[in-house]
Amino acid sequence: MNDLTKKAQEDDVTTDPNWTGICNLQDLPLNAGVAALLHADTDKETQIALFRTSANDQVYAISNFDPFSEANVLARGILCSIGEQLAVASPVLKEHFNLATGQCFEDESVSIATFPVKIVDGNVLVAG
Amino acid sequence: MSNKQRVLVIGNGMVGHKFLEAMINSPQYSAFEVTTFCEESRIAYDRVHLSEFFCGRSADDLSLVEPGYYEQHGIRVLLGDKAVSIDRSAKTVTSEKGEVLNYDKLVLATGSFPFVPPIPGHDRDNCFVYRTINDLEAMQAAAEHSKVGAVIGGGLLGLEAAKALVDLGLETHVIEFAPRLMAVQIDDGGGAMLRQKIEDLGVKVHLGMNTQNIGDGDTCFHKMSFADGSEIETDMLLFSAGIRPQDALARDSKLELGERGGIVVNDHCQTSDPDVYAIGECALWSGRIYGLVAPGYKMAQVACDHINAEDNAFTGADMSTKLKLMGIDVASIGDAHANTPNAKEYTYVNGTEEIYKKIVVTEDNSRLLGAVLVGDATDYGTLLQMSLNDIPLPEFPDALILPQRDGNGATGLGVDMLPDGAQICSCNDVTKGQLCQAVSDGATVLADLTLATNAGTSCGGCKPLVGQVLNNELEKMGLEVNTDICEHFPHTRQELYHLVRVKEIKTFSDLLAQHGSGYGCEICKPTIASILASCWNDYVLEPEHLALQDTNDRYLGNMQKDGTYSVVPRIAGGEITPDKLIVLGEVGKKYNLYTKVTGGQRIDLFGARLEQLPQIWKELIDAGFETGHAYGKSLRTVKSCVGSTWCRYGQNDSVALALEIEHRYKGLRSPHKIKSAVSGCTRECAEAQSKDVGVIATETGWNMYVCGNGGMRPRHADLFATDLDTETLIKYTDRLLMFYVQTADRLQRTSVWMDNMDGGIDYLREVIIDDSLGICEKLEAEMAKVIDTYQCEWKTTIDDEEKMLMFRPFINSNKADSNVVFVEERGQIRPARKDEREPVTA
Ligand code: SRM
Ligand SMILES: Cc1cc2nc3c(=O)[nH]c(=O)nc-3n(C[C@H](O)[C@H](O)[C@H](O)COP(=O)(O)OP(=O)(O)OC[C@H]3O[C@@H](n4cnc5c(N)ncnc54)[C@H](O)[C@@H]3O)c2cc1C
Ligand code: SF4
Ligand code: FES
Repeated sequence: MNDLTKKAQEDDVTTDPNWTGICNLQDLPLNAGVAALLHADTDKETQIALFRTSANDQVYAISNFDPFSEANVLARGILCSIGEQLAVASPVLKEHFNLATGQCFEDESVSIATFPVKIVDGNVLVAG
Repeated sequence: MSNKQRVLVIGNGMVGHKFLEAMINSPQYSAFEVTTFCEESRIAYDRVHLSEFFCGRSADDLSLVEPGYYEQHGIRVLLGDKAVSIDRSAKTVTSEKGEVLNYDKLVLATGSFPFVPPIPGHDRDNCFVYRTINDLEAMQAAAEHSKVGAVIGGGLLGLEAAKALVDLGLETHVIEFAPRLMAVQIDDGGGAMLRQKIEDLGVKVHLGMNTQNIGDGDTCFHKMSFADGSEIETDMLLFSAGIRPQDALARDSKLELGERGGIVVNDHCQTSDPDVYAIGECALWSGRIYGLVAPGYKMAQVACDHINAEDNAFTGADMSTKLKLMGIDVASIGDAHANTPNAKEYTYVNGTEEIYKKIVVTEDNSRLLGAVLVGDATDYGTLLQMSLNDIPLPEFPDALILPQRDGNGATGLGVDMLPDGAQICSCNDVTKGQLCQAVSDGATVLADLTLATNAGTSCGGCKPLVGQVLNNELEKMGLEVNTDICEHFPHTRQELYHLVRVKEIKTFSDLLAQHGSGYGCEICKPTIASILASCWNDYVLEPEHLALQDTNDRYLGNMQKDGTYSVVPRIAGGEITPDKLIVLGEVGKKYNLYTKVTGGQRIDLFGARLEQLPQIWKELIDAGFETGHAYGKSLRTVKSCVGSTWCRYGQNDSVALALEIEHRYKGLRSPHKIKSAVSGCTRECAEAQSKDVGVIATETGWNMYVCGNGGMRPRHADLFATDLDTETLIKYTDRLLMFYVQTADRLQRTSVWMDNMDGGIDYLREVIIDDSLGICEKLEAEMAKVIDTYQCEWKTTIDDEEKMLMFRPFINSNKADSNVVFVEERGQIRPARKDEREPVTA
């Protein structure tokens, strides 16, 4: 059993209305991003980018919106390691964002939203 | 009237131009008002490379002056006007067109003119000299009606002129009065070897010939009769019997001349009138005329400094030369004829490879005085530095010219031994010290170093040495240039390529595990994906490669600023049927895409959403299109002109060849994009000389140009090989491109790759044409493998249900991205600007 699944099972989250089920863990490609929609067709509709990494066997969710190009593209960026940190490089002009914190590496004053992720019974859940 | 000092320059040749450049760069330039006479109809051009005019370099290419340069710096040029008299007491110069100009300082840079021996008949039609672009144009025109050409004079210029006749397709004779070729620069042994090599090329050499008359021929236009009773018939005749200083103006204005002509100058290049200077080939310094450009450049700087009241002096110049005559290396250093009392000689003659080398040393074997090299001049740089800098010779000086067959490497000198004052680039007078300074100021790659110092930008002969100085400095500074591609791999792209090949590594994760650390990044991942593709040519979206690809490669389209993609189907050679054009129009219309003809002769459809890509491509592929790889670092377009099929000037079917090239190399993943073009004749409508591989049809085959590009730092391609048949052209291209793929750095176009290569184009020719590394067979085999495994990635993708899932807008929804907004402009869509769109933030 994978660590994430185990961790997720420890607290009962299925009842929490904040969590949205996105997809199966297996649907996520390894080390590449996909885009997903939270709260589709409501005024809380949000685009996120999900990354499943083999480095530490984790799934990260960050905003899909690249504040530099003002386009929803971060899911289509390349996953990087910078020292010990994991990041995504925007496909437009290659700014890097920390997957865990949303902090931009090139510009201290910029950071993007991150979202908690849980895996329950092989389902990927995101809060936010 | 301004109170600026008026400087007048007579003659806008190579040295005159150098003088203007020096003035412009001088600190008090604004205090001067500079005017130049230019007798020729063109401003200064590169006479040294004049012969390249016959290999496709145009008059514009030869120009030494960037368009607008003189205007921008306020220099007035009297183009096509000649100075006809100087009034030194009134300080004025009168021009042929009647202008009278005042001067405070006058500079004579009138160069020289070719000497034509007064043989009866020397002024007949179809007799030429070899000095200006006009001369060459006249020769070119005459060559169209000629079969045979002869050159009178077997010196350096005569042999160059002979090469021109060969290039013009004529049966060529060289007629020399002296008993050997290049009598001034080389000795009997070298001359004999040179003659043998030149005759191998089909040129007929006649030595010891005294021409007595030129008259009407029987089979050709002229008949030349010689003192020994023999005769030669020829249609064209070229005189190259030496040069004479152009000193008529100085003579008329009573400046001091040498006994046999030449304007006498002192160490500041002043003539007998202190306000009049003479520089270049018209100047006589210490009883000598220097017929080379480097001493002239030095004089230009000296005269400029003197006018600016700065300290500098002309103290003579070294006359050593290295040149390539008809592809043959010839070099002469210092005392080549061993005229120094008691000098000793060592000679090496290799009859099989046709190499001749001689060194002249001092009586005690301790110093090098001179050398002659024919057939192989690789030692030129080393030997020249040894003689110029008085470097002690090794115990057995012959080791300097004997071949190193045991693999121990040459006994040459380490550049480290050279003093700082050693002149490395003689054309531009750059010393080792100046190079070292530039390196420590940050010019740590060859291209930057030549840019910063000008070293190597003229004849190029010093480039290998400049490279050695660079490496030596970097090593000394402990500044091992970090060539690692990124923090994850302590290797260059080239090293990674070899690791992948040699260890047969097929995936990024294996390479990372064996040779890297961390998890990779946006630099190493696409680079390695490209290497894997060049080596094994797997489908780029295989699961193990997918995450490596830049978004363009991952979604097989170029991402635009708003996150949509462009669609560029291949339109090989720019040729397209009306039916296919209609399909593009229909697809564009159906999906409401912005449609544009690209700079690469094809059609780009912009504004496709991720989820539309597969459907659009399906329709295109069904209509017979395939991917254009506009997204990849790979072969882009092969542009063509319409060529001999339609064009009245076309020499060959340029469209067919462009199609062949494009289909052969399409999909080849490379360090950077590769572009090519084929033109049907020298008018060059396809702009082949701005491409990585450019081809121009000639009457007898294809001329191949390499390593050009447009873009940020445009560079003209160099002529690589001439009159190739199609098969050879393709063979060379296979080798060249594979060699590039294997050895270039990440994002290095072929131009920079070559410029950074020791030996540059010559080295590249050795590798690709002469197979000096013995790798050509392998390169061809590797290229064949890539060609055989070509696939249209879009076809593979739309045939694969699972892959199609990748193109969903969201993993949990098919809703379109509401942030992509278009507005209309000139009848088509374009991305909405910020102020035209509702704010959407996450
Ligand atoms: C579409 C086009 C402009 C147009 O509307 O005409 C174009 C568009 C782009 N060019 Fe270009 N270039 C286009 C012809 C050219 C040409 C002209 C040519 O090929 O004859 C040049 C100069 C020639 C050359 O490359 O030597 C050219 C020199 C560049 C460069 C500079 C390369 C360099 O070595 O300096 C870049 C930047 C790069 O590659 O790093 C670039 C990069 C780009 C990129 C990929 C920039 C980007 O990442 O967004 C553009 C995206 C293309 C797209 O979305 O499809 N493009 N680009 C042309 C596509 C030709 C085609 O059919 O494929
Ligand atoms: C084919 C060829 C190959 C060569 N190869 C080499 C080589 O490999 N290495 C090397 O070092 N050198 C080489 N040279 C020699 C080199 O080109 C000359 O040393 C150099 O051009 C001299 O420069 P200059 O300015 O003194 O003379 P030029 O370049 O001849 O310029 C003199 C200019 O002054 C103009 N002029 C003359 N009188 C007047 C007037 N009254 N009014 C206005 N204008 C006037 C002339 O029309 C001419 O344009 C070569 C020369 C030729 C022809
Ligand atoms: S390059 Fe020559 S053959 Fe081709 S279109 Fe132009 S003029 Fe015609
Ligand atoms: S010696 Fe000619 S370019 Fe340097």
